[in-house]
Amino acid sequence: MKNKYSIFSLIKNAFSQHENWKQAWGNPEPKKEYEAVIVGGGGHGLATAYYLAKKHNMKNIAVLEKGWIGGGNTGRNTTIIRSNYLWDASAGLYDHALKIWENLSQELNYNIMFSQRGVMNLAHNLQDVRDLKRRTHANRLNGIDAVWLDTKQVKEFCPIINISQDIRYPVLGGTLQRRAGTARHDAVAWGYARGADAMGVDIIQNCEVKGIKRNGDQVEGLDTTKGFIKTKKIGVVAAGHSSVIANMAGLKLPLESKPLQALVSEPVKPIIDTVVMSNAVHAYVSQSDKGELVIGAGTDAYISYTQRGSHDVVEGTLKAILELYPIFSRMKMLRQWGGIVDICPDASPIISKTNIKGLYFNCGWGTGGFKATPGSGDLFAHTIANDEPHKLNAAFNLNRFVSGDLVDEHGAAAVAH
Amino acid sequence: MFVINCPYCGERDQSEFSCGGEAHIVRPKQPTELSDDEWAEYLFMRKNIKGVQFERWNHAHGCRKWFNMVRDTSNDKIHAVYKMGEKPPVI
Repeated sequence: MKNKYSIFSLIKNAFSQHENWKQAWGNPEPKKEYEAVIVGGGGHGLATAYYLAKKHNMKNIAVLEKGWIGGGNTGRNTTIIRSNYLWDASAGLYDHALKIWENLSQELNYNIMFSQRGVMNLAHNLQDVRDLKRRTHANRLNGIDAVWLDTKQVKEFCPIINISQDIRYPVLGGTLQRRAGTARHDAVAWGYARGADAMGVDIIQNCEVKGIKRNGDQVEGLDTTKGFIKTKKIGVVAAGHSSVIANMAGLKLPLESKPLQALVSEPVKPIIDTVVMSNAVHAYVSQSDKGELVIGAGTDAYISYTQRGSHDVVEGTLKAILELYPIFSRMKMLRQWGGIVDICPDASPIISKTNIKGLYFNCGWGTGGFKATPGSGDLFAHTIANDEPHKLNAAFNLNRFVSGDLVDEHGAAAVAH
Repeated sequence: MFVINCPYCGERDQSEFSCGGEAHIVRPKQPTELSDDEWAEYLFMRKNIKGVQFERWNHAHGCRKWFNMVRDTSNDKIHAVYKMGEKPPVI
């Protein structure tokens, strides 16, 4: 890789006051034709391009991004990574991603600040206890680390949790995945962009797709704000806007797009060194390296592309946070934002071919796509290059909505949506 | 978050309502005759429009009645509210 980052390059650049670092990726104009075009320059899209170039030797490819790379949901999520999903298909998918995360900084030569600080999921009622214990067993059968903690062990692991049994939703225990954790979300997009660019991928920002040209059942290219681009393979990774792109090709998807919010507090000294999620009361919290509490709220219950979200949703989440962590009662919230998430009826993603030749979709990640970024890119690249799914994403095809073979992860999600 | 003009109760906060998704999806008249593709289309496939969308709402914490609404999903502006069974307005 050109401009390899190392302690030596850091020292060398220190002598020139760090003014001679080269740009990490280029800013090319689109060519007339590409072997494949990826629509969407978020983590998943950039990872797809990276693995297409690296593992499938496709060098003449482009990533089109209507804004700036990593400016959508990649830069808006709460950076949580875990693989403790209930069903075998999901466990395979998300643990594939987790295994890539574990070595990704080295692979990309880019510090993505991956931190395996553990993710704890709390139980607040008898049904939670049963569900989470069942999930722990299912995880372990799939080779995924998971342990059940009783209330006392929860308190030992995260001392600021209020374990009083007199609160509305008392803590009855929880599960812990120690390999889970967080990563710096922007760095993931930047690392993949730099890696893809080094292998010749054109990353084209400020380029919005306006139409998809078809010849019968085969795609021929894309109309964009930077002109027509010819290609036989289009991989769409447009998150909340997947349906908008699908409509351009005359396709309907089983998706609904909704705003999902997150917020961060003012920065404080280290107080919570893990990630704690709570399904029943819909609250999850971790602390960023800058010291901000990172809090995830829920989705609005209606379709919207506004990237805002409603105030009452945030209010509900903060009420739950305060009951579980009374210590945060005088914290000030610094920023709040929304991203548009595309939700599937079974709360599982779609990484699939379509009935239009050369058109592939990677969508439906809903409220939890960040954790899957490397695995999603790897499997989507495989699907595009071979025109066939990898065995790990075979279950996540579009046809499952016709066959009825759904991957129902609603109950197994970390928080209810 | 916005204010919805319920056709039965008048203006109320959106948090009193629940959204039933895309409107005017007609229930199949002969369910036994349907192919798997047609079932998938009816049950799961949605337009998920960015722009003017026709949708169903229920005043869950109010009169509990269903009604239809025309809303622009790109800015949450409400264009029309009309009762179930009424003809959709032309927007």
